Amino acid sequence: MTTADLHRMTGAYALDALPDEERATFEHHLAACEPCTQETAELSATAARLGLAVAVTPPAGMREQVLHRITAVRQQSPGPLATARPTRTGLRARQLSRWALAACLAAAAALGGTAVWQHQRAEDALRQARAAERQTDEIAAVLAAPDARAQATTLDGGATGTVVVSRSQDRAVFVVAGMEHPPGGKVYELWFDDGGTMRPAGLMDPARADQAVLLRGAVDGASGMGVTLEPAGGSARPTSEPIARLGFPA
Amino acid sequence: MKEAVHIGRNPSSEPDLQELVGRVALGDEDAFASVYDAVAGPVLGVVRAVLRDQAQSEEVTQEVLVEVWRTAPRYRPDRGTAINWILTLAHRRAVDRVRSVEAAAARDHKAALLERTPEFDEVTEQVEARLEREQVRRCLRTLTEIQRQAVTLAYYRGLTYREVAEALTLPLGTAKTRLRDGLIRLRDCLGVTA
Repeated sequence: MTTADLHRMTGAYALDALPDEERATFEHHLAACEPCTQETAELSATAARLGLAVAVTPPAGMREQVLHRITAVRQQSPGPLATARPTRTGLRARQLSRWALAACLAAAAALGGTAVWQHQRAEDALRQARAAERQTDEIAAVLAAPDARAQATTLDGGATGTVVVSRSQDRAVFVVAGMEHPPGGKVYELWFDDGGTMRPAGLMDPARADQAVLLRGAVDGASGMGVTLEPAGGSARPTSEPIARLGFPA
Repeated sequence: MKEAVHIGRNPSSEPDLQELVGRVALGDEDAFASVYDAVAGPVLGVVRAVLRDQAQSEEVTQEVLVEVWRTAPRYRPDRGTAINWILTLAHRRAVDRVRSVEAAAARDHKAALLERTPEFDEVTEQVEARLEREQVRRCLRTLTEIQRQAVTLAYYRGLTYREVAEALTLPLGTAKTRLRDGLIRLRDCLGVTA
């Protein structure tokens, strides 16, 4: 995806019309693009007017219910996040929570379906699980693309890593088998190699030795990909030497 | 967007929503009750436009309002007005819900989507915020047919631009562009400033 493409996404973003992955890519871009920030703010305000235009009268009982519910809900602290730009921190937190929620879902599933639904977090977890399903579909789409090309390598410790790239889909999937678990407090982070500059492309599941991961964001002309070991939550830039580096097949 | 704060009410008699949210951020439950009165109708309207189902919409609306309470301390006025923040929250929640519910269903069937192409009238059946509605309706008429359909499918039906492209038989890039230039035209007609 080119920068011009990203600029054009302001409308889709303001209307919540970007799929999750592209929303993350755009938010990443937004942090560094002042004109986009301004336009996005204006278009979001415009979208809100579409919302105001369909206001309805809420049922009478709802007010009391909501006012009652909030008495049991603890407010967030203003916290350091309040001053952060809606960028890497947010993305990292989201990546992290994806795993936390997956774990939560697994735990909740053990309690049975009813308990799942009664748990406030469960719905989020379910949404995450469905997002994971969608990601599986996207992975399948890349692997099945007529122009899919693969490049394999052997990682330290004997694991095999294969990257599959589809130029038509502009996406890449990293498939690994026999990966060692990362040390405690660390994760494997994936990167697009933009001519020597590493662009974050998501995290691997630290709990799985075999997995296929859709790299976050578009290939967008990247020449290859890398894998590094990073502190839990991932980093905005690699903080260690890559344990694997693969050029994309032409 | 200052006027939006006083939705459907006499502006001079209403405290400023921005200021109310500031008090909510400090744990003021009375201020939250006033915020509820100002925004519950628009929130339910947005959610219901997307979800269509009254019971689910009420459930999601309650979740959104509780979320407003919970996250008010992190609301940043410099990023946009309070009503924008709240309606963005509402729309996103509704869209997340509709996408998760419909992910497995025949959502990608073009015929099904087109069948559900909204008429603006259909989503504005209520009488509140009449002036707002009239103005938005008038400005939507200044859009081209494709722009209007793209924008309304995305906002009122929660479609992604990819689904909009499919529904309207547009290339992906064109769908993105129509959403943007449609919204820009709407912005200019409504005189929205961020």
